[in-house]
Amino acid sequence: MAGMSGRMSTVIKAKVSKLLDRAEDPQETLDYSYQKQLESLQKVKKGIADVVTAKKRLQMQQEKLEQSVVKLDTQARQALSAGNEELARTALERKQLGQTELQSLDTQVSELEGQQQKLTESEKRLRAKIESFRTKKEVIKAQYSAAEAQVRISEAATGVGEEMADVGLAMQRAVDKTENMKARASAVEELEAAGTFEDLTQLGSGQDDIDRQLAELTTGSEVDDELAKMRAELGSGGAPGGGQLEAGKGGA
Amino acid sequence: MIVRIMTEGQYRLTDDVRARVNDLDNRCVEAVERGDEPAFHAIFEELLALIHAEGEALPDDDLEGSDVLVPPPDTSFAEAAADFSGEGLIPDSP
Repeated sequence: MAGMSGRMSTVIKAKVSKLLDRAEDPQETLDYSYQKQLESLQKVKKGIADVVTAKKRLQMQQEKLEQSVVKLDTQARQALSAGNEELARTALERKQLGQTELQSLDTQVSELEGQQQKLTESEKRLRAKIESFRTKKEVIKAQYSAAEAQVRISEAATGVGEEMADVGLAMQRAVDKTENMKARASAVEELEAAGTFEDLTQLGSGQDDIDRQLAELTTGSEVDDELAKMRAELGSGGAPGGGQLEAGKGGA
Repeated sequence: MIVRIMTEGQYRLTDDVRARVNDLDNRCVEAVERGDEPAFHAIFEELLALIHAEGEALPDDDLEGSDVLVPPPDTSFAEAAADFSGEGLIPDSP
């Protein structure tokens, strides 16, 4: 058997022989193997918990970003009605960046949800196989001579060993994906830390740099379109007071 | 024959389905050899779909080992290069 099957077979054989490590006495082998299986199950459970934690972190970012987007939209409106088009443009640029991030977060969250589901199913399969092994182990202990038992034990352990190797692979893939998401989450947190989604009226000295980055990240035409739309809305609906924005003008 | 789709579970295949899977397996190898990523993904999808549709899922508590291990459904083209080589997953002359 070439390729993957060869490589994975080696992994599985290693798992199985590790399971059967203490082979002096079949009774002991069975109990040791069962113990290892339970440990493997615990690892999967921890793996699932890690994915859930990473997902929650992204979901919290989603909530924060959603609030920021609403706030920036309001600020853009207020800036425009106060006649400060430059500030309105900045607010809309940031809103657009926030929306792009939100879309990306949506994708990441559903990706992690998929991983969570996959691992949960793996855990269920492994649990069923371990339970089946437990029953078989008692039968083997009760019914077979030592020589016969060895054969039966390796038969039973092959199925569980394969499942353990499979769960190991599923975990590895989940961990890789979760690490990517964590890096992603940190990138969003950096943007937040730089004040990108902060209240525009409270921006400090880092603002010029943020504006430069924003100009690179966002396309002007979409912002222009939204600005025009907003202007039209405000024009027809009458301009509300822009009191809060007076403070913002200085910083824009 | 029992196949395991890695990260997904085990299926029992009839000889007829095994032959069809083997054919797709060989076509995966060919696609990988000529560096045709879209073709690989299309054929690999077909292979997985065939196992899903025609294979009989083994019960979770079954302790039988598998004869063939199919790489995970989310296998990338780069990973496939290592997995689908030579005779592929199923040897041509068993």
